[in-house]
Amino acid sequence: MPEKEVLTGEHFIHGDAACAEGSLAAGCRFFAGYPITPATEVAERMARRLPQVGGVYIQMEDEIASMAAILGASWGGSKSMTATSGPGFSLMMENIGLGMMTETPCVVVNIMRGGPSTGLPTLIGQADVMQARWGSHGDYGCIALSPSSPQECFDLTIEAFNLAEIYRQPVFVLGDEVVGHMTEKVVIPPREKLKIVPRQSPNAPKADYLPFDTRGDLPPPMAVVGTGYHVHVTGLTHDERGYPVITDEVQERNVRHLVDKIRRNAHNIVRVESIGLEDSEVVVVAYGCTARVARQAVEDLRKRGYRVGLLRLVTVWPFPSQLIRQISSRVRALIVPEINYGQIAYEVERTSCGQTQVVLMALMGGAMHTPEEIVETASEFL
Amino acid sequence: MIVKLRDLRPFDKNAAEDLVKQDHGLHPDDRYLKPGRIPHIWCPGCGLGVVLTTFIDAVRRKNLAIDECAVVSGIGCTGRVAGYLDMDTYHTTHGRAIPFATGLALARPDIHVTVFSGDGDLFAIGGNHLIHAARRNVNIKVICVNNFNYGMTGGQVAPTTPMGAKTSTTPLGNAEPGFNLPYLARASGAVYVARWTTFHPRQLAHSIAQTFDKKGFTFIETVAPCPTGYGRPNKLGAGLDEMRYYKEMSEIRNGADPAEAAITLKGKIVVGTFVDVERPDFIQNYTDIILAKAQSRAKPSGEGRAA
Repeated sequence: MPEKEVLTGEHFIHGDAACAEGSLAAGCRFFAGYPITPATEVAERMARRLPQVGGVYIQMEDEIASMAAILGASWGGSKSMTATSGPGFSLMMENIGLGMMTETPCVVVNIMRGGPSTGLPTLIGQADVMQARWGSHGDYGCIALSPSSPQECFDLTIEAFNLAEIYRQPVFVLGDEVVGHMTEKVVIPPREKLKIVPRQSPNAPKADYLPFDTRGDLPPPMAVVGTGYHVHVTGLTHDERGYPVITDEVQERNVRHLVDKIRRNAHNIVRVESIGLEDSEVVVVAYGCTARVARQAVEDLRKRGYRVGLLRLVTVWPFPSQLIRQISSRVRALIVPEINYGQIAYEVERTSCGQTQVVLMALMGGAMHTPEEIVETASEFL
Repeated sequence: MIVKLRDLRPFDKNAAEDLVKQDHGLHPDDRYLKPGRIPHIWCPGCGLGVVLTTFIDAVRRKNLAIDECAVVSGIGCTGRVAGYLDMDTYHTTHGRAIPFATGLALARPDIHVTVFSGDGDLFAIGGNHLIHAARRNVNIKVICVNNFNYGMTGGQVAPTTPMGAKTSTTPLGNAEPGFNLPYLARASGAVYVARWTTFHPRQLAHSIAQTFDKKGFTFIETVAPCPTGYGRPNKLGAGLDEMRYYKEMSEIRNGADPAEAAITLKGKIVVGTFVDVERPDFIQNYTDIILAKAQSRAKPSGEGRAA
């Protein structure tokens, strides 16, 4: 029933539904989740759609179990996903760490709402950006994509699955309540137009296969359950065979591999969208729903002849550090509107190395910036 | 920022293999054990070795293909079982072996998924997962090694520690009663429930072998000595003394009501197979009801129109 897997055509759906459709198009066949506003609609769509394509949907007892189950399913050979919001994301951190340590591909959608704690369940927030980067203990590399529209919820969920397979780790789709609940046109292309990275299987004989080889820039293909490789998968520090070895020497190799596979490939992963970076005196740096408002403000100012640019982070992690450093040497200000009390703004400030003024336009959550506010702030530097 | 790193010595596969070759293959059970993983980390007198060999015995009795078996474990002394077995093994986070195994078993319903973990892992931090997996009747076989304490961290009180027992965090005796594990498992929906001690390896192997024939959530409690953590403060003696204790105190009562199988400090230990019933497991219900309905509705559910 291939037509059910990729619903080629034009749809009028919200971002949560588009995440679900993106996952199915990417080959996701296992979803474990727990209801949470504003991400519940992802689970509801998956509950209806997965059985149509022969996949498994299960509502677990909590988000801890959901995260553990998608790791298990991934080692069972299924592409897998869960979806949540801040409070659930907090609970998932433990097994996100296990996913990072065991190099298990999967996708975690976080439709961000206002926090901390229960916060604003039904309203917008963007305050989980640093949690996505640093939330689980220990060092590891991080990939997080930030959709600005339902169309991108579809596109970037596919991209997240592809990156998860290539880098063999959990990848985050860091949406927000506005984008998750916004209904817009979503165009799903024909299946043959979609770029899908399939799960790779090792072809080395068992004697030569190292399931956690650290020697390359990319992890080796994954030997899932039942393929005869008898892999030991552990959250303990492990050598290239997967055997636990509790020494500083193996820890060096193990952790550096987890960080370096993303750090060394950051130039291949980082994606941004921009307007007028070449000539701008002021650049607005934004992501998620905030990038839509920022775009409006930048376009309005440019129409009026002002040299204002937009840098939209499609990947918030890895962060486009080099690009920010380059821009900051020639602009008067970098303006960062975000719906938190300063997260990406700190990263912008850090990577601009004091070369320019960084302005944080902070909202604590529950509302979006207006284009006028951004115009007003930008105008102070024009 | 300048990052200074120590020189890295790359993994020497040949050296690692040479080390493995030295001893591996000398023991008849070595074909079930991952090369180079023995000696194990368990204390002298610990019951885990008995449980491990008993599991191997059950796999051998059933003549199961190793490639069709997987073991998932949590954290703790029992959590280390996974790492010794030469099959697909998963050593997960504390308490989360069951939800991990749920994902694994649902993605590959043809694989025998066994969860090996301790009483603290399965009934304290992981208690919620256990009751829900039993309720759903996910096709996983849980073997809980109960040593009445947290052994790995040095003998703290556990949800199974009997009232009055001493541990490093109940130096004046435990003020809480312990869980009756078979009773809890049965009440939650397990289709097979048994309890043995490490004094009963043949019965235990028989029970484990029986669970390989069952579809659904099975639960076997194995009471095991922990002379280092639990035995010492409670004056139970060395591992062998504890085995003698099990011999004297165990009472085989197959078919007994698990409600009457609570373990108390220095009381009788009721052992046996308590529950053996049939009910459809999660994947069977999901396939017969949910998938069947979804497949019979031909129309895709998307709101989109064809391009």
